[in-house]
Amino acid sequence: MRRVFTLKIDDRDVSGNEEQSVLDVARENNIFVPTLCHVDGLTAIGACRLCLVEVQGVAKLLPACTTMVREGMVIHTTSPRLAEYRKMIVEMLFTEGNHICSVCVTNGHCELQSLAVKLGVDHIRLPYLNPIREVDASHERYAFDFNRCILCTRCVRVCEEYEGAQTWGVMGRGIESEIISDLDQPWGDSKTCTSCGKCVQVCPTGALFLKGKSVTEMVKHREFLPYLATMRKVGKNGHG
Amino acid sequence: MSQRIVIDPVTRIEGHGKITIYLNEMGEVEDAQFHVTQFRGFEKFVEGRPFHEMPALMARICGICPVSHLVASAKACDELMAVTIPRVAKDLRRVMNMAQIAQSHALSFFYLTAPDLLLGMDGDPAQRNLFGMAQVNPALARDGVSLRQTGQQIIELLGGKRIHPAWIVPGGVSEPLTEEKRDKILTMIPPAIEATERALDWFKEIVVHFEREINFFANFATLYMGTVMDGNFALYDGDLRIVDADGNRIADGLDPLKYDEYIAEAVEPHSFLKSPYYKPLGYPDGIYRVGPLARLHVADRFDTPKADAEFRVFRKEHRQSSFHYHYARLIEMLYCFEKIEIILNKPDILSKHVRAFAEPNSYRGVGVSEAPRGTLMHDYEIDDNGLITRANLIIATGHNNLAMNRGVLQMARHFVKGTQIQEGMLNRVEAVIRAFDPCLSCSTHAYGQMPLAVQVVAADGAVVDQVVRG
Repeated sequence: MRRVFTLKIDDRDVSGNEEQSVLDVARENNIFVPTLCHVDGLTAIGACRLCLVEVQGVAKLLPACTTMVREGMVIHTTSPRLAEYRKMIVEMLFTEGNHICSVCVTNGHCELQSLAVKLGVDHIRLPYLNPIREVDASHERYAFDFNRCILCTRCVRVCEEYEGAQTWGVMGRGIESEIISDLDQPWGDSKTCTSCGKCVQVCPTGALFLKGKSVTEMVKHREFLPYLATMRKVGKNGHG
Repeated sequence: MSQRIVIDPVTRIEGHGKITIYLNEMGEVEDAQFHVTQFRGFEKFVEGRPFHEMPALMARICGICPVSHLVASAKACDELMAVTIPRVAKDLRRVMNMAQIAQSHALSFFYLTAPDLLLGMDGDPAQRNLFGMAQVNPALARDGVSLRQTGQQIIELLGGKRIHPAWIVPGGVSEPLTEEKRDKILTMIPPAIEATERALDWFKEIVVHFEREINFFANFATLYMGTVMDGNFALYDGDLRIVDADGNRIADGLDPLKYDEYIAEAVEPHSFLKSPYYKPLGYPDGIYRVGPLARLHVADRFDTPKADAEFRVFRKEHRQSSFHYHYARLIEMLYCFEKIEIILNKPDILSKHVRAFAEPNSYRGVGVSEAPRGTLMHDYEIDDNGLITRANLIIATGHNNLAMNRGVLQMARHFVKGTQIQEGMLNRVEAVIRAFDPCLSCSTHAYGQMPLAVQVVAADGAVVDQVVRG
């Protein structure tokens, strides 16, 4: 039997069980918390920091996706401080890569773009870094444009947790970090990639896309993930 | 002491340019240059991009005629894929291209040029614009606005938005046409044809007052280049034909994809705009003109009745002055609306089969089509993975560069006298440029901001007078 806690989110009394995160409970109660690295079905890692919330009695801001609920918690998902931080994070994502929406395959279907609109990011207050990055189009069916990568690692996690191929990984540290396939070789030369395409579908931006797609045409389909997540849970619990 | 006059910026054109007029010791015009002062770099920064992005990326060169770039770029990509696109897709691209040409011509004629024609070359510059025109001849201004609107609305209906629609893609178009949209476009055509005919009638009435200008409006013999399809006037597909000022065919059946065999590009230090020339005649003797005037010189006929009748009237006279670009532009608008109607009435136009899919099959692809200002060329090379390794663009305005420079000189020689600049003189010099309807931001692929300017420079290099606007 899982323990059930009662807590307050944005002055509302809500309840959640011990296996739920603050994000899970907030979403169950239709409370909006922005996310980017999180996607339902993949292990939460708290990397993008967009889901930061204020927890009463805790000096630091905590990521809702990796903070589990506890009895009597008092949580605020909105405040001027949070709004400012979230905007700043999105602005930094834009300055760090080369995100040119107007000519992007996912223009109109991009999570970074729609989040920027939702958070009211109308200017970028930081200088653009304009990094020189290349496109890896060596794979037969897919391409990876590192210019549009925000290092959410959804691709790394889905490849490992569902496909079991572990093709994708992260190389380097801090601002030097990049996503690599196998031992940093062209994707098309990867011996582990099964060409399943799950990484392409979970990618929140136009970094991973199907070859042959023109501007605005790359719509991602993630319906498979909740299904696979449910099946996996069923299997683990021995009911499958 | 020789002197220099600078017109900076040149007004009522697309983009930013500058004219310098050099005077000798006697205060007579010695030389004149048209400078395009912006630099853009599209050819460079597309390197490394997947070729499927090219049409939408290249369309960003211009907000006036993004469709022209979409068309030429998509055609180049069709070549990279080595596919024949569905016939209906080709027809749909043609409809959007002609809607684009019609709206651009309406902008050029009514918004940029008609104020000079209606209010006079020496008219009050504060009134010499669309608003001044609307006071004197509101019906004409209304027709101009509505013709431009018609073209833009057709583009929006087809592509989802007026500027930078992403509907034209490598292999065809992304969505078939619906019955509802087809019917809506068809209702817009008859009023557009009537408005164009009214503009033609008006133009023929007033053109007699411009005899003096016509004589010096880039009025000299050059070659003309344009696309023909079995001798017919053509905008989307066909072979290139080059004729001389008297209509003699210099070259016919030229494969547009092999443009670099007969066209070379020279670079002048005073401008960011390259100067293409016809190779066999060398530089600068290989001077040629493209665009409406040239297209009406290379074609044998039009395959739509009203435009063809008007074409016959046009060709009755020897029209080498660039002033006749305006007349040619109106005839082309008439053709575009007539032809859109014909294409949209084809029985299979609503076919769902409008896109071919293929991997890259060729390392090089060239796409050539007729844009409002003339022949537009996109030339790409890709690597094994379909990433762009080299891009070369020849923009319609570029082809006309040599002729525009000579035109400015000719006009300045006849109308600019002494060191005291009169506004009307300079307006005539600018009007020559306007006749070509150059799109400077397109043609240089713009960095920074440079509005149009005229300078009068003395023989010792001193700037005697300068008019800056913008």
